[in-house]
Amino acid sequence: MTEREVVLITGSSRGIGRFLVDHFLERGALVEGCARHPVDWERLGYTHHRVDVTDESQVKAMLSSIHRRHGRLDIAINNAGIAAMNHALLTPGETARQILHVNVLGSFLVCREAAKLMRRRSYGRIVNFSTIAVPLRLEGEALYAAAKSAVEMLTRVLAREFAPFGITVNAIGPTPIETDLIRGVPREKLQQIIDTLAIRRFGTLRDVAHVIDFFVHPASDYITGQVLYLGGGG
Amino acid sequence: MTSLPISRTELSNLVIDSLRDILEQSDRPIPATLDEQTLLFGKGALLDSLALVTLVVDLEQRLEEQFGLTLTLADDRAMSQRHSPFRSVGALVDYLEQLISEESDRD
Repeated sequence: MTEREVVLITGSSRGIGRFLVDHFLERGALVEGCARHPVDWERLGYTHHRVDVTDESQVKAMLSSIHRRHGRLDIAINNAGIAAMNHALLTPGETARQILHVNVLGSFLVCREAAKLMRRRSYGRIVNFSTIAVPLRLEGEALYAAAKSAVEMLTRVLAREFAPFGITVNAIGPTPIETDLIRGVPREKLQQIIDTLAIRRFGTLRDVAHVIDFFVHPASDYITGQVLYLGGGG
Repeated sequence: MTSLPISRTELSNLVIDSLRDILEQSDRPIPATLDEQTLLFGKGALLDSLALVTLVVDLEQRLEEQFGLTLTLADDRAMSQRHSPFRSVGALVDYLEQLISEESDRD
């Protein structure tokens, strides 16, 4: 079995996911990442999988590969997600289906398969991604916020189901961060969101990494089923 | 039915090995004999619901590692069968034979 900590990050090709790849490599971990597309960059200690997280057989194959090569998985970060900003009356059914599939089904499948591998060492840390859009009940984000609400409940229930196996499950709710996910959102809309926060600024990738570091710390073994929002929102 | 890639004895041993490991890990008393008559789940049986979940996951992993078989043991059908395939070691081995046979016929 690999001596080093093994971390799985979904949606690792860009944005928060890519930042977290470097973050965990810097602390000496082996990082496994996935996205639907290949990446045009390489890092020592990073292995990329081309996986659609909504495809059960692809997720299972990725976790089997991690098991075969490393024999362990310490941390899984369910960062893969999609959003679409639109009024509910203008949201196509297909868009709604995709948002629910990637965010909810994708997180569920990765949680399930990760837990099967973590169970073997009776240790694991899972971090899911919610959003500040849930507590703020943001207009124009009905499906995204609904999907992330489901992710929060998944987090809370899985925390109970996985606790006997030594696995914690928590979630982070970021504020807007300047990544591809919000590229299409008008600046004034983003400013309105920022203005509702206790701390009125954009979130940073460092802010997200800091919360994740806390959740995945070995000493955080009594912290599970929690959702932590950045910026004092919610 | 085509001949199976695993014999009944191998399947039976696989289930009993997994069961023994789970009982050991959970500090439960291990009966002197573990065989196909051993009751797994239900009144007076060896496992509680969490230990049964662990057994199912562990068996899926052993089947994949030792025989290269990817099976889903706990599908909706198994959970709704009137005579649960998880009631005894023998019933579970019957059920595994059935699943492996269906998988072989599909190939």
